[in-house]
Amino acid sequence: MDIVVLVKQVPDTATERKLSSDDNTLDRAASDGVINELDEYAIEEALLLKEKHGGEVTILTMGPDQATDSIRKALSMGADKAVHLVDDALHGSDSLQTAYALAQALGTVSYDLVVLGSESTDARTGVVGAALAEYLGLPQLTFARKVEVDGSAITIHRQTDHGYDVVQAQLPAVVSVVEKINEPRYPSFKLIMQAKKKPVQKLSAADAGIDTGKVGLAAATTETLDFTAAPPRAAGTVVKDEGDGGVKAADFLAEKKFI
Amino acid sequence: MAEVLVLVDHVDGEVKKVTTELLTVARRIGEPAAVWIGDGADAGRARLAEYGAAKVYVAPAELGDYVVAPKAELLAKLVGDTSAAAVLVSATAENKEIAGRTAVKLGSGVLTDVVDVTAELVAEHSVFGGSTITHAKVRTGVPVIAVRPNAVTPEPAEGAAAQEDVAVEVSDAAKGAKVVERVAEEKGERPELTEAAIVVSGGRGVGSDDFSVVENLADALGAAVGASRAAVDSGWYPNQFQVGQTGKTVSPNLYVALGISGAIQHRAGMQTSKNILAVNKDPEAPIFELADFGVVGDLHTVAPRLTEEITKRK
Repeated sequence: MDIVVLVKQVPDTATERKLSSDDNTLDRAASDGVINELDEYAIEEALLLKEKHGGEVTILTMGPDQATDSIRKALSMGADKAVHLVDDALHGSDSLQTAYALAQALGTVSYDLVVLGSESTDARTGVVGAALAEYLGLPQLTFARKVEVDGSAITIHRQTDHGYDVVQAQLPAVVSVVEKINEPRYPSFKLIMQAKKKPVQKLSAADAGIDTGKVGLAAATTETLDFTAAPPRAAGTVVKDEGDGGVKAADFLAEKKFI
Repeated sequence: MAEVLVLVDHVDGEVKKVTTELLTVARRIGEPAAVWIGDGADAGRARLAEYGAAKVYVAPAELGDYVVAPKAELLAKLVGDTSAAAVLVSATAENKEIAGRTAVKLGSGVLTDVVDVTAELVAEHSVFGGSTITHAKVRTGVPVIAVRPNAVTPEPAEGAAAQEDVAVEVSDAAKGAKVVERVAEEKGERPELTEAAIVVSGGRGVGSDDFSVVENLADALGAAVGASRAAVDSGWYPNQFQVGQTGKTVSPNLYVALGISGAIQHRAGMQTSKNILAVNKDPEAPIFELADFGVVGDLHTVAPRLTEEITKRK
């Protein structure tokens, strides 16, 4: 079973994240790039499925040149090869354009399953998986916390507000995962060394058959008009509990009319 | 005036509060038309009328038998039939997916996790864990916008809520992912996490899967219970209650953080709460930078005392 894992490089959430004042897009130079956290769970799930069912795991990343770091990290976890969709024309693409571009790039790879994280920590729109399924015309198996494949049948547990839904489909399909699904492995030294030799194919927009009139900032379906730093929260009162902490907290709630 | 479609969130005929918020926003843009999927519209119509819904489109429950796709088909069809000016949904995980697919079908743009929308359809976002505010607009097609619960104050207005049944045939393409079973893991009387006016969350400091200290305080306040990632990862509380970057985003009137340090992972999910009360043993915990009121102490003594005090003062 061949699996493509979609990996996004995002700014490290531990660093200060900024937008660029030139065009209101993410300032990727302002912070370190790391693999989007939930994508590590997607990679892990793909590797677990490969261990069980055989086949190949391919990483597909759309992003600028520096996304190579995240691709190498994904390969060092154990993926077999990677495709890097990189083209200036893609800069500033919004979530739907990204889904379109990824759908086109997937047309150049053979796969039975596409796996991705259920959202990224930067834009957090949570729509790419669903939009991708729409573009590809494939079953949408998103927010999976459990995946089971049996021949050409796939069953997932889809996380809901009240528990989970059991969802069935036929391969090929699009699966997005939540962090409950597994515990991503750490790359071993051996795998890190091997990863350096694994093939990374660069794909331009034209190679992927992407209509450049449909992607990038100029054609974006949404436009960020402006951004400002949120006003910092006014400093509050902090007291030390000396047996009366609970009562003081109650006083605060009473003052704010919660009790 | 053009119609503005509002996808209704309801449980057994009871309309959720966020829908009244969406109807309030819709009235700024045009004439609100509610879209009800499933049973119970007869019972729920009155509430939609109270918030100005001119129409209620009712579609059959079967649309929910498959993941997301049939609901997006319905919304796209209704936009075509009614020449709607915009589509509004609540920014829940599933509704954002519906919004995304609907926008793809319409060839339009989608904005998610919006905290406000003007009459001119300019949407306000709070991003990067609440540190940055952006304004954005859909440039292509009919805007599809997912609005975060509790972000807008609902204002009543009279509407006719005239019911119109919609005949839909789910396409084969939308039947790819079939829901064969729904499993409820936690069934309680507490309010829904993203909708609740008050949320009480527990973190690492709770120390075990005995969350009663958190739940008791929540119940005294009529609040929903949340948990930090540390607590969920430790298996102390179920996944769907996780607040934070990779969990739910909440913005209640009051957020109580018990034994939560306030790492960015957590802050991203609660930073826009109107009031924050924190209890933590560590005086250096970053949560105190956000808190309107903080108590440095052991939550296992402070929270029960607070619960007792609330019960006494009621």
